[in-house]
Amino acid sequence: MVEISALFHGFAVVLSPFNLLLMMIGIVLGVIIGVLPGLGGANGVAILLPLTFTMPPTSAIIMLSCIYWGALFGGAITSVLFNIPGEPWSVATTFDGYPMAQQGRAGEALTASFTSSFIGALFAVIMITFLAPLVAKFALKFGPPEFFSVYLLTFCSFIGMGKGSAWKTLAAMMLGFALAAIGMDNITGRLRLTFGFPEMMRGVDFLIAVIGLFGIGEILLSMEEGLSFTGKTAKINPKVVLETWKKLPRYWLTSIRSCLIGCWMGITPGGATPASFMSYGIAKRMSKEGDKFGKGQIEGVIAPETAAHAAGTSALLPMLALGIPGSPTAAVLLGGLLIWGLQPGPLLFVEQKDFVWGLIASMYLGNLAGLIIVLTCVPLFAAILRVPFSIIAPVIVVICAIGAYSVHSAMLDIWLMMLFGVVGYVFKKLDYPLAPLVLALVLGDRAEDSFRQAMLIAQGDMRIFFSNGLVGSITALALVMLFWPVVSRGIAKARGA
Amino acid sequence: MSDPETAAPKAGISTRTMEIAVALVLLAVSALVVFDSYRLGSKWGDDGPQSGYFPFYIGLLLGIASLATLARAFVMQRPGGIFVGWGELKLVFSVLVPAFVYVLGVQLVGIYVASALYIALFMRWLGHYPWAKSVAIGFGVSAMIFLMFEVWFKVPLYKGAYDALAWLGY
Repeated sequence: MVEISALFHGFAVVLSPFNLLLMMIGIVLGVIIGVLPGLGGANGVAILLPLTFTMPPTSAIIMLSCIYWGALFGGAITSVLFNIPGEPWSVATTFDGYPMAQQGRAGEALTASFTSSFIGALFAVIMITFLAPLVAKFALKFGPPEFFSVYLLTFCSFIGMGKGSAWKTLAAMMLGFALAAIGMDNITGRLRLTFGFPEMMRGVDFLIAVIGLFGIGEILLSMEEGLSFTGKTAKINPKVVLETWKKLPRYWLTSIRSCLIGCWMGITPGGATPASFMSYGIAKRMSKEGDKFGKGQIEGVIAPETAAHAAGTSALLPMLALGIPGSPTAAVLLGGLLIWGLQPGPLLFVEQKDFVWGLIASMYLGNLAGLIIVLTCVPLFAAILRVPFSIIAPVIVVICAIGAYSVHSAMLDIWLMMLFGVVGYVFKKLDYPLAPLVLALVLGDRAEDSFRQAMLIAQGDMRIFFSNGLVGSITALALVMLFWPVVSRGIAKARGA
Repeated sequence: MSDPETAAPKAGISTRTMEIAVALVLLAVSALVVFDSYRLGSKWGDDGPQSGYFPFYIGLLLGIASLATLARAFVMQRPGGIFVGWGELKLVFSVLVPAFVYVLGVQLVGIYVASALYIALFMRWLGHYPWAKSVAIGFGVSAMIFLMFEVWFKVPLYKGAYDALAWLGY
């Protein structure tokens, strides 16, 4: 088993005092970010990214990925105690988590949710450990047409698998691509869409978009809801934890099912949020006590939390192995790789062994450390949410502005961030999905490069995307995904007939 | 779910108006992208695809998607409720307007001074905190940020067109 020895090498990289310290800092920051409205995994990581420019890449990614784990854990705290999902993927956790807290079982609900989060993440990390190197090895054979067809698959799945209007998904995605095109053309060096403004030459950095869309947009949304934080108090003591742990093995089937749903939704860019809803829905249908869901059923906490963490973690698999992120946060981490001077993609597993295996090892340790920290410090984190909104809101705006400025030390970026904030608010209210916009903005240039390279090879013949078995099947799969609603209806009809 | 027709009608901007407005803006963006790509050349040059080749189709798809959304907004059977009520809109603007003023402040006097004033005034006017507490938190947060960025991490932040902190030597 090459993977096992590589993994142990990774542990050796991570287990330095400096990296362990960064891991702890990352998790605590992440939980705080997850608890606060307006700050989430994606923009939290984006804001802190500039602080890591001078760090060694391995330490930097350990800290940033730990922020991500922390944010995943943090979302559950507010869902259970305050009935306010700190993150979109913890909405489903409120359905049963908050009723449990109302019945005085907050400690039980939190223990269950943290533990299931941990199990979901662990499952996904184990999968990454063994699957990612294989995928990367396979992807080494890819040329430009294959890469473009994988991008096509990513974006087509967004359109076909998305919940809302497919046109809106397409519009948001194309807006992302258009924004990505601003600036210098990589191949010919000509300026595009700059309309004569030299400031526009730099293009629109997706970090600015992430900070604006998710940070400022979220603040505006929370303001509209007129947040008043009245929450339940939680006492977690070892006795509650042990008693809950004794109950958990009974729900092993729900856990495994949720892990699988989460991993599937994470690798295909479905993301943590739909994964949590899907897992909750299926658990409700399959459970013997399905009618009790929504009234404080522990299974209703286990299912969404396990799936959300499994999805959030496995979104890193395509990011590591192919250089294609499965979620906005993974996209931000990918942006980090580029800034630290690493080329994302399958070669990472060959050329940057320390980095890749250090990151994978830190996922194991980070989630374990996260579980311990959240179990012991819940009251502390809940106290943050009791700070009034009129103090939190301006501080978050300031943090977002600093984050936006420090990406390129450009004042224009702060204005752009505000613009993206308004766009984020309007888009969210009209159900334009933000994830495809961000991913298109990140992948736009590389999708275009691979498309143009493929076109150059083929002399403009589109048939290159069906020229061999590999690229042909990926392209065909992409088209199936694109028309999935039609295809699935067709299958249902065929069965009915 | 209460029927929006029978429930007490809340005044505000309707979702349909907003849908149409956003679709029109996106349509304008798509036109911009298409024209600029056309200017750059959206065809096949001597040396392969020209600069505008890829963005041209991006713009085209954006245009098609916004036209479809626009059409759906027009044929929407029910009004689709309101996008935002006037009361809520006021709340949103009470955050948005100060935030824009803050960014203008950053442009003029830099991040540190503008942030301190912004947090203090926001707390005072919207949170109705006593002056002493507002000013203490505003300047405290700003000082923390200064220490963290300028002193510890050595990441210089924007000092503004009129640098009020030049005497600090950073």
